Amino acid sequence: MAETKTLSITHVTTYTYDAPVFYALQQLRLIPRTGHGQRVLKWNSTVTGGTKQLFFTDQFVNHSELVRVDSGASRVEIVSEGVVEVEDRQGVIGRQTAGFAPLWLFEESTPRTAAGNNVRHLAAQVRQETEDASEIDRLHHLSRAIAEAVRYEKGQTDSETTAEMALTAGQGVCQDHAHVMIAAARHLGHPARYISGYLLMDDQVTQDASHAWCEVWTDALGWIGFDVSNGICPDARYVRVATGRDYADAAPIMGIRQGAGGEDLHVSLQVQQ
Amino acid sequence: MTNDPSCFDEMMLGPDRVRAPYQSYFDWFSQDDVKRLRRKAGEAEAFFRRIGITFNVYGQDEADERLIPFDIVPRIISAREWARLERGIEQRVRAINAFLHDIYHRQEILRAGRIPKEIITGNAAFTPEMIGVSPPGGIYTHIAGVDLVRTGENEFFVLEDNVRTPSGVSYMLENRETMLQMFPELFQRMNVRPVSAYPQLLRRSLSDCAPPRSGMDAPVLAVLTPGIHNSAYFEHAFLADQMGAELVESQDLRIEHGHVAMRTTQGYQRIDVLYRRVDDAYLDPLTFNPESLLGVPGIMDVYRAGNITIANAPGTGIADDKALYSYMPDIIEFYTGERAILKNVPTWRCSEEDALAYVLENLGELVVKEVHGSGGYGMLIGPTASKKERTAFEAKLRAKPANYIAQPTLALSTVPILAKSGLAPRHVDLRPFVLASPNRIDITPGGLTRVALKKGSLVVNSSQGGGTKDTWVLGD
Amino acid sequence: MLLGRTAGGLFWMFRYLERTENTARLLEAGWHMALTRDAEDSNEWQSIVTTAGMAAAYDAKYDEYNPTNVINFLLRDRDNPSCVMATIGLARSNARQVRTALSSEVWEATNECWIAFKQALARPVTERTLHDTLTLIRNRISMVRGALHGTMLRNDIFAFSRLGTFVERADNTARILDVKYYVLLPSAAFVGSRMDNAQWEVILRSVSAERSYRWLHAGDTNPRGITEFLVLDARMPRSIAFCIGQIQHYLGQLRQEYGTEAESHTLIERLADQVLTRDIEAIFQIGLHEFLNDVIRDNQTLARQIEQDFRFYG
Repeated sequence: MAETKTLSITHVTTYTYDAPVFYALQQLRLIPRTGHGQRVLKWNSTVTGGTKQLFFTDQFVNHSELVRVDSGASRVEIVSEGVVEVEDRQGVIGRQTAGFAPLWLFEESTPRTAAGNNVRHLAAQVRQETEDASEIDRLHHLSRAIAEAVRYEKGQTDSETTAEMALTAGQGVCQDHAHVMIAAARHLGHPARYISGYLLMDDQVTQDASHAWCEVWTDALGWIGFDVSNGICPDARYVRVATGRDYADAAPIMGIRQGAGGEDLHVSLQVQQ
Repeated sequence: MTNDPSCFDEMMLGPDRVRAPYQSYFDWFSQDDVKRLRRKAGEAEAFFRRIGITFNVYGQDEADERLIPFDIVPRIISAREWARLERGIEQRVRAINAFLHDIYHRQEILRAGRIPKEIITGNAAFTPEMIGVSPPGGIYTHIAGVDLVRTGENEFFVLEDNVRTPSGVSYMLENRETMLQMFPELFQRMNVRPVSAYPQLLRRSLSDCAPPRSGMDAPVLAVLTPGIHNSAYFEHAFLADQMGAELVESQDLRIEHGHVAMRTTQGYQRIDVLYRRVDDAYLDPLTFNPESLLGVPGIMDVYRAGNITIANAPGTGIADDKALYSYMPDIIEFYTGERAILKNVPTWRCSEEDALAYVLENLGELVVKEVHGSGGYGMLIGPTASKKERTAFEAKLRAKPANYIAQPTLALSTVPILAKSGLAPRHVDLRPFVLASPNRIDITPGGLTRVALKKGSLVVNSSQGGGTKDTWVLGD
Repeated sequence: MLLGRTAGGLFWMFRYLERTENTARLLEAGWHMALTRDAEDSNEWQSIVTTAGMAAAYDAKYDEYNPTNVINFLLRDRDNPSCVMATIGLARSNARQVRTALSSEVWEATNECWIAFKQALARPVTERTLHDTLTLIRNRISMVRGALHGTMLRNDIFAFSRLGTFVERADNTARILDVKYYVLLPSAAFVGSRMDNAQWEVILRSVSAERSYRWLHAGDTNPRGITEFLVLDARMPRSIAFCIGQIQHYLGQLRQEYGTEAESHTLIERLADQVLTRDIEAIFQIGLHEFLNDVIRDNQTLARQIEQDFRFYG
């Protein structure tokens, strides 16, 4: 029996608006699903300053909700919390897929994961360096190469940054690491997908952002997770929440708002055992 | 009237031999005074202008609302001819709906290897957001406008399926209305099947696809238009009016209580079925093009939650792809187990090396079309193109062969129009309108006959000098 | 059920139709004066342009007021966003927007009206052709009105159409009176010059009231009588009192149909109170200019409130 952990998660997202909102929507992908080595024991989400409109499952079977910001609100708080039991499978997710999304969909590049010169060059180099290695070893090698090439640095990239841009700049966050790995893996012929989720950290309970990593398909084992930022394959500390071809598909919150004025986003996240 | 012997004329078999469906009309015409008829044609134009059946030309101001020319000589189809077309069209539309469901679910047709994966993976109209979505009633294309051409007594070909957003049905209805007003005596003389039930059938067909609703209330229908500057605005207003639905624009709509709702003078009211005349890309800025001002943010979420029916379903455009078209006989066989009743035009897929070589060799005899194109734009008609045009097109073809397909130049049938000199044959096509709902498929007897007004021209598109005719399907 | 945007489109369609008609009527008054006076009096043409509220745009383009310039500026000048061709275009574009709410007769009459104006105003209008042109404009707009009255259900659609007409008309009559208010002060009666007589005539003609006034007042033309007639006489279809009465009526109809009371109902009662309960003496005491300005302002406020109450915009 593999090691399991029981993780408690509290994820609070707060939007503050310069002017009262007339009309705005937020699409949430914040509810983890049971399966692939994790079991959701309890989950609950509440919104203040907004009203849940509906629930649906999207093309990647992510549990999704649509929230309408209450008219006149200048602050919205989304609390998503619960308890998940996770089993350490050393990153191996396997072959079974939920829903109807075909494997070939994960071979297609997206605007954020299109391989530019630098991504192609990096992929070619890794291919050369691992000519005799197994598929899996090659992917581990790729993950390490990306971690070296893209230094972890907050505040230098944003949700629009593409894999090529991050690799060129040589810095980024977990989202950028995932995008570069996806772009390079697809370039090497592997289907690859983006995962947004939570990570139990060794040294701190409170975090200021949720986590992201990627999964790459190998003929031998099916989907395998790679967390480039931490240089490991996801274990019992990782909770998968949403998947997709890139960030845009799996983003925890996507919004659209009518009217001018700025907004401020604050995330407070606690992951503990 | 003199016929071009190389193509089939639907009225005249020879100088004095009239085809049976046209006999009664021909007798009437021969007794009538051509001057009077020409005067009538002038009246028709004034009538169209008065009621405002115009289309806007993009990028030009209101002063440039154009009329689509209308020709007063009807196109006549016998009961027997129609019965065969009807069976063939119904088969096609059923197969296409089954195909769309499959493509957005298990993709059995790809697993079975009946069509190559690349046809789908390379198709810009494939809409991942539709994966796993089962539209209410299982219908993807609620309204189709299958383009047919004829080349002989028994030779009909499907040119395009138009399962995304076929337009022109308002012309079918107004053309008939005009003919009834101008020539009531003809309708007494001949047994012409009416088309006027279309708006009511459309209403019923869409209502049958509404999401389940508590209570006994009838579903609320609305037509979504991009607005008065859209080239087909007249049709949007016409259809909304005729079927008793609201004509809504983006600015009228928002999400209320998990539904799409429209702003009325007394507050918001939910919509159950949205007949949208806005393209997929602009339908939902939250899910698709974020710059769109024509759509409804969040409507795809409402749709995926099962709270609204969108007609036609997003992602149906994949079946309008011209490369996919070439596989339509296989698709029909795969989903219906029957052979296709209506023929496909032989098609060379330029993505295939041999085909490309053949096409380049025979550019002068072929029609080459863009895979994703429509409206007669971006195509080359080999026989009428200049050498320079052919050379320019050759370069485009070589650069992106997968973007093109080629077909033989068909000898489209002709039907006479009333020209200055009397009757004169012109090439035509036919777009019947098909309504699909869970329980039935309705095909309105007739459709829109488009006619190339220029002598010898094969281009019937209204944007490029085509006109229309009333289409008569005769009763038994 | 009626879309808020459609209600707004109807309201504006009929405002613009009314505005078109008012501009044509003003020109008719000017033309009539030109016929009856000895020489070309550029002052009167100027006064027409001022009354139409287009003086700034006109002065930007022309240095002098001559009949040809004024006629064409008011009817068809592309530099004048308020000319007849422009406002009928706006009326028609609103009508296209709401055509599913209109009977086909009303839509076709509006569309034909626009087509006819476009033809008639394709080339410059001369003093010689002015009469025929104005007759055509009047006839065409009458046909729209006829179709409206003859073919439309008396429901909320009709109510919003009529509200547009009367909000615009009240504004127009108040403005015409205000532009000329100094010739309508009681003291002006003692001046009794030929010029003032002509001014009064222009006022009456520009609201098509010269005949009905003469008929009711047996030829006794005096400023008090004219003011009273155009402000307070509820029999006169272009008087402020009549317009307010009609607005009251149609808002009342909406209250009944929708079963709800809105802020605009309060506003119209206040406006009615301010106008209908006063007599002409009281109005002169407040000051005619001040009174008219209040009416214009309150009428605008009311129009904005109607927009809000019935959700014309999102």
